[in-house]
Amino acid sequence: MLKRQYSIATGLVLLIVLVLLNLPEQPAARIKLALGGLFLPLFGMAGSVQHLAQQVGNSVVPRSTLLTQLDQLRKENEELRQKLMQAQDAFRENGQLRQALGWQRRVPWALQPARVIGQDPANWWRTMLIDVGSRDRIRPNMPVLTAEGLVGRIDKVGPDRSSVVMIGDPNCRFSAQVQDARDKSVVAKGIISPTASTLDRLLVDLIFVPGGSLLKPGQSVMTGGDSMIFPKGIIIGHIVDVRTNDYGLNLEARVKLAVNLNRLELVWVLLQ
Amino acid sequence: MNWLNTMAILLMAFLAVFLESYFRGLRNLVGAQIDLLPALMVYASLSAGISTVALLATLGGLWFDSLSANPLGITVLPLLVIGLVLHSGRELILREQRYAQFMLGLAASAMAPLFTVLALLGLGAEPLLGWWSLWQWLIMALGGAAATPLCFRLFDRVKRAFTYQKLAETSFRPDREIKRDRGPHPDYS
Repeated sequence: MLKRQYSIATGLVLLIVLVLLNLPEQPAARIKLALGGLFLPLFGMAGSVQHLAQQVGNSVVPRSTLLTQLDQLRKENEELRQKLMQAQDAFRENGQLRQALGWQRRVPWALQPARVIGQDPANWWRTMLIDVGSRDRIRPNMPVLTAEGLVGRIDKVGPDRSSVVMIGDPNCRFSAQVQDARDKSVVAKGIISPTASTLDRLLVDLIFVPGGSLLKPGQSVMTGGDSMIFPKGIIIGHIVDVRTNDYGLNLEARVKLAVNLNRLELVWVLLQ
Repeated sequence: MNWLNTMAILLMAFLAVFLESYFRGLRNLVGAQIDLLPALMVYASLSAGISTVALLATLGGLWFDSLSANPLGITVLPLLVIGLVLHSGRELILREQRYAQFMLGLAASAMAPLFTVLALLGLGAEPLLGWWSLWQWLIMALGGAAATPLCFRLFDRVKRAFTYQKLAETSFRPDREIKRDRGPHPDYS
């Protein structure tokens, strides 16, 4: 009797697994999103509790501290306004020059803010969940960034949440370029790839850099614009160290990411 | 009680998967996230029926994969294997012993990620692996081992809270009671 129960239970579970693993990508993604949707109330509740705790924490901050912070923010706001005015002038001038040369006009970025609600529970992927989806005009492969730099790209999109593949995940490889710190000229190009040598989640490898390129620690690494996903000029990080590979044919560099992926709370999705 | 126990185990699995995704503190601190599903599977296989084991493997695995970049269903198989092995040998295991619980949790929490990664590699996926994965494996195994006795304690408490306590049997039998009283004395009768 027990053996029969064993066989039935095992057979049923194996059948379910086989069916699920052999499903085409889209239906599997839909089932995944539907199952993940069960957790949304819990994520929402946890977010509300966190927000409430923050509010309680804010309510006990002394008035003098708040006034100091307000003063600092006012100053910062004033500085940013001045910078924006200069940038608008430069943007206008840039547009006129591009028009004169017959180049395509640059479109200003449209950004959608999103809150990080969860991370991949498995240790062998670097993905996270954000609280915006197709209802907010999010589509797969849109770049995700913060004010500090690039975070990753959108992977799967549900109606009101999406998963983001972060830099350092095996499914997030893309071309990048190294800029010289002084004159901002492009020193070399390579591929950003997950590193196989450290536990530090903030380090990635820049591989397939042509040998003889003048790579130095401290140089900035930016998106190259060669890929169809990331626009040119978003900062990725800085070079930590360089090593030669394939008998000097190629160089490899370790890159410290500009964004602290461990402490992400709010990100921006670049709508294209 | 059986259905209540099954529901409690499944509810705990749901919460465990949520907590693994929501809380990043441990991952930021030690570089690895602990998986609580193998610990729950140890409890389920030693305390519940085969249907509960199958349900926990299926639902727990699917919930885990739904929040992860894993292919849907890949986590079900390792959990099922662990559950079936432990369930088939449950008569030989001293489930009340904390040491036994710890060791079973250690073995289950070490085997589950190993089987999952092997299954992923078998399917042609490319998980993020390196020397540091050994450290993550160690943390997962030790964390799961520490969580297993806690699981047993928690569910035992839940059981005690929701079921009638069994009355302890006494050796008192009214039909064999020796009655002592001041009956008529044989010398005076």
